[in-house]
Amino acid sequence: MIEVRDLKKTYHVGEVDVHALRGVNLSVERSEFVAVIGPSGSGKSTLFHILGGLTPPTSGTVYIDGQDLLGMTDGQRTELRKKSVGFVFQKYNLLPTLSAADNIAIARDIAGRPRESDQAFDQILKLLGLEGRLHHKPRALSGGEQQRVAIARAIVNHPAILLADEPTGNLDTENSQAVLGVLRDLNTRMGQTILMITHNPEAAAYGHRIVKMLDGRIVD
Amino acid sequence: MVIENLKHRPVRTLLSAIAIGVQVTMILTLVGVSRGMLQDMAQRARGTGADVLVRPPGSSIIGFSGVMPEKIAPVVLAVPHVAQVTATLVQPVGNISSITGINLEEFNKMSGGFRYLEGGPFQGPQDLIVDEVFARSEHVHLGDHVDQGIKWRVAGIVESGKLSRMFAQLRELQDLFSATGKVSVIYVKVDTPANIPVVIESLKEKLEDYKIYSVEEFTSLISVDNIPLLRRFIAVVIALAVIVGFLVVFLSMYTAVLERTREIGILKALGASPGYILGILVRETILLAVAGTAVGILMSYGTRTLMRVMAPTMTQVIVPDWWPWAALIALVGSLIGALYPGLKAARQDAIEALAYD
Repeated sequence: MIEVRDLKKTYHVGEVDVHALRGVNLSVERSEFVAVIGPSGSGKSTLFHILGGLTPPTSGTVYIDGQDLLGMTDGQRTELRKKSVGFVFQKYNLLPTLSAADNIAIARDIAGRPRESDQAFDQILKLLGLEGRLHHKPRALSGGEQQRVAIARAIVNHPAILLADEPTGNLDTENSQAVLGVLRDLNTRMGQTILMITHNPEAAAYGHRIVKMLDGRIVD
Repeated sequence: MVIENLKHRPVRTLLSAIAIGVQVTMILTLVGVSRGMLQDMAQRARGTGADVLVRPPGSSIIGFSGVMPEKIAPVVLAVPHVAQVTATLVQPVGNISSITGINLEEFNKMSGGFRYLEGGPFQGPQDLIVDEVFARSEHVHLGDHVDQGIKWRVAGIVESGKLSRMFAQLRELQDLFSATGKVSVIYVKVDTPANIPVVIESLKEKLEDYKIYSVEEFTSLISVDNIPLLRRFIAVVIALAVIVGFLVVFLSMYTAVLERTREIGILKALGASPGYILGILVRETILLAVAGTAVGILMSYGTRTLMRVMAPTMTQVIVPDWWPWAALIALVGSLIGALYPGLKAARQDAIEALAYD
């Protein structure tokens, strides 16, 4: 599902080159749930951004669901985000002007699909425990509920991979466990491939395996 | 999403719509006043009861200041089928107003006579008859003195709709302004309407180079299209209106884009293309322009009421045929204003936008 070989990413900050990734190798199988841990500055977020098509790699090969990310144009990476990747962020990143339902519907709209929910997705909403909360705006939802809406939005278009960046970083223990439970359920019941970045070892333990990053490389 | 975004900042949305509305009102009021005043002028020309009018060679449609010898009047009267003539002198006074000198007896005969609301005909040499609109506008009452370079006494206030707003005796006006034997327009009454073309033809033969119009032709010529200066002035105001619309929407959309940087990042992360993001802002702008146009149309009714109270001599008409044009102008100005903020939003880097707090 994900195949990364000798991935490098260099940012140019003023006249200084910052080597965020220094040759990452990673394979993730379909339906695998992988947790990526590492200290700040280890390159986790950069890897997340490249896999999500938010920024291009500098060199190396990156395959997601058979698509080579190296050399993709902006438009091709936009298509990748639209159809193959779902994001869950630490800060939920819901659109504040829209209800929970509309936050989910807009992802369908962007992907060029009908805004109305299908039966299969209604089952997912049930699994996420969002029934009855869909017509509320984000400010009326708890952090846990907002993150579950964000998860629903991320998977509404059935992406090949779900990228979660510190999904429990802003949540208390109870809500963290609920969100992690939802991610695990999505993985086990629906076979959703998940790559989760976290600082929290307990959260990382929800994955099938843990990948450790340090100084722009995978070390374990 | 577009409506929700506009609802999210109601004060900004309202102010933007009002500002676009002001732009629309500027256009509709200017066109409405131009047309209203010209229509009023045409209506007053019809109020003379004349069928044909004779004007000096080289005179323009709007200006009545050119003069011709009064002795032409008997020549005109001698033309077959001419039932009656009356000559008038238009004397500009003050900034833009004028006093029309008339022979009251002849004028009454042709027009059917004034309907006096107060007072009556001229009594003395420097008497003035004013219409009700002028009296209301200048707060003039019977017996008051009106200073138009010369002090005139108001002898009568009449219903408006006949030729002018201020009337003096023709001889008096000619003497006061050194125009003895000169007149500006000769109004002609024809025995039957069917003979109007024949009379015009005869007059054209007799009075070469003079401007001879049927009243219908003359009133049809009184339009914005035939006054190049007014047309250019309207064009300038429209250009200003476009600039106002552009600036309003530019500022509104620019602040909206800055404020929504993170949201734009979210949309990009979801796979929204630059076109999708630009489309949201364009649709918001179109809605603002439509709302602004509606506000502007409503406000043009307000300016008409205001004109009636504050400047009764300035007649403003409502111009529904200009609504689509005003809407289009508002839309063009607004879309130009939304272009830069929209492109800025569309080009925003997703990662930077997501990191924006």
